[in-house]
Amino acid sequence: MSGKTLFDKIWDDHVVRSEGNTSLLYIDRHLVHEVTSPQAFEGLRMAGRTPLHPEATFAVPDHNVPTTGLEHGITDPVSRIQVETLDSNCDQFGITEFAMGDPRQGVVHVMAPEQGITLPGMTIVCGDSHTATHGAMGALAFGIGTSEVEHVLATQCLIQAKGKNMRVVVDGALGAGVYAKDIVLAIIGVIGTAGGTGYVIEFAGSAIMGLSMEGRMTVCNMAIEAGARAGMIAVDDKTIDYVKGRPYAPSGDLWPLAVAHWQTLHSDEDAVFDQEIHLNAADILPQVTWGTSPEMVTHINGQVPDPADEQDATRSTSIKHALDYMGLTAGTPMHEVAVDRVFIGSCTNGRIEDLRVAAAVAKGRKVADTVSAMVVPGSGLVKTQAEAEGLDKIFVEAGFEWRDPGCSMCLAMNADHLEPGERCAATSNRNFEGRQGKGGRTHLVSPAMAAAAAVTGHFTDVRELL
Amino acid sequence: MEPLNQISGIVTPLDRANIDTDAIIPKQFLKSIRRTGFGPFLFDEWRYLDQGQPEMDCTGRPLNTDFVLNQPRYAGSNILLTQDNFGCGSSREHAPWALLDFGFRVILAKSFADIFYNNCFKNGILPVVLPAKTIDDLMAQVIASEGYTLSVDLPGQTITTPAGDTIPFEVDPHRKECLLGGLDDIALTLAHRDDISAYETRRKSATPWLFATP
Repeated sequence: MSGKTLFDKIWDDHVVRSEGNTSLLYIDRHLVHEVTSPQAFEGLRMAGRTPLHPEATFAVPDHNVPTTGLEHGITDPVSRIQVETLDSNCDQFGITEFAMGDPRQGVVHVMAPEQGITLPGMTIVCGDSHTATHGAMGALAFGIGTSEVEHVLATQCLIQAKGKNMRVVVDGALGAGVYAKDIVLAIIGVIGTAGGTGYVIEFAGSAIMGLSMEGRMTVCNMAIEAGARAGMIAVDDKTIDYVKGRPYAPSGDLWPLAVAHWQTLHSDEDAVFDQEIHLNAADILPQVTWGTSPEMVTHINGQVPDPADEQDATRSTSIKHALDYMGLTAGTPMHEVAVDRVFIGSCTNGRIEDLRVAAAVAKGRKVADTVSAMVVPGSGLVKTQAEAEGLDKIFVEAGFEWRDPGCSMCLAMNADHLEPGERCAATSNRNFEGRQGKGGRTHLVSPAMAAAAAVTGHFTDVRELL
Repeated sequence: MEPLNQISGIVTPLDRANIDTDAIIPKQFLKSIRRTGFGPFLFDEWRYLDQGQPEMDCTGRPLNTDFVLNQPRYAGSNILLTQDNFGCGSSREHAPWALLDFGFRVILAKSFADIFYNNCFKNGILPVVLPAKTIDDLMAQVIASEGYTLSVDLPGQTITTPAGDTIPFEVDPHRKECLLGGLDDIALTLAHRDDISAYETRRKSATPWLFATP
């Protein structure tokens, strides 16, 4: 019998019972934000139920939170009600919440690893597709719908059919100016936005293991943009060092016990994957998306594709639609595309390392006159750390706006959004039509590439600025 | 949840691949704390020419008459026909809530995104994966003939065309049972409460750090 994959191991550890293809899976941690939870709490109340383990659920408002003028609270009454509803639900059901004003508040997928709420080997769910992020810690983490949020609150379990195993191996050394975001965009470019559907993806290889924990989180975060509900990475010393000493991490006598278990959290040598993809890190150049799906991506030396070159009729139509929406002409070199806005932040790229990289590009330069640029730290603690390092001053001197933490213009549920026709270099994860505002045009890039676009006014090979 | 057994109705063709949940229901409508009332805002950015806002009255809004849902021939449709990877992106259950509120009970596609597929079953919507050739044939037939209807039989797992052709489909037995009975998943899981307690006892001794509070 062949060995087990990392996914197999964590799955098997969490099966409460099975019937045919369906298992009842135990959930160790449940993360909750204000957008996808109110109907779940209301469902509990209507059925006269209470959370089985309120201590296993942690909540934070992030999607609707303003990133400026926090002293005025939330001015949009609909947004305010949603955040207040989260506060009162957590209060009523005894759930720990890092509310607005708490220094730990931030994007849920930045906050939880930072607090040690995310631990290796756990099953972690949240009513948010970017829950895949937490797989970077060697956990099985995936997004769920609101009915499932209610199900987890009531039972601490989920009814699941096991996914298939895919391994994406990226070996070799990354070039200077190429980052985790470029790796994952390149992967999505290869396997497509539905390539991972039905799979859990394990990211492996020397280039992946060479990434920092922040970089690994960026890669796993976008597993969902490849269609996979979960992405994960084996536990190594970096993982364990990252977890150590965090507020909710085990300590004392429990620490060595936990570490001994975590050191087993990797795929066995003889584990068999249903699908394997190999990329060479040295071949990956700084990436830029040109279309309205993350798979519509090229590198900075590339150009806008021509729908006429695509043989498949449906795909050709999709490219044409995308170019119409994006206001782009086939054959245009990417470095000639000018931007109006720059957004640095989100659960993909709102961590301290991301801000350091962007600041290094911004330092001593000025945001182009034609560009409006903003930096939104992923959490209050990221913001504090960045300010302690003087990154805020570098950004402000260069002409970037330095904001308060939240999801912000990744999905524009708060006041931060694009106007129709505006073009944005964004470090977030989705370039869908209307994602950053109706008619807004989003190009996904790394923090370094976003900063480079900000200071030059158009997409620029950041390697020329390093 | 409204049970689903057999259903017949007009089919709406949405001939695009990779339709994401941001397109199905844009973010501003996610501020609602209710499960209902999303139907008028389904595909808001494609359906209307102005900017939609939560709780607005949609009756006088300018329509994009090119969009299929605005074409009178598809009025009252309850079956949606579309391409690959329908429902990709965000996990928002507001997407199936909006489709259901509009009146769709069955979605036929070449493939679905996982979270959306799962969310459909929780809300009494049947998502059906069919071979690419079958979808392409149906798409051509629906577009060619006004008033085109299909009959979907969940117990028999078949779809019948106006010409009388029968198309079989697959559905997970547990999900099928829940749809047919309109069953509440939570009640089913709580029936296994003893298994959950036994699991917790086992895990508390094997991985005690997962249960410790700092």
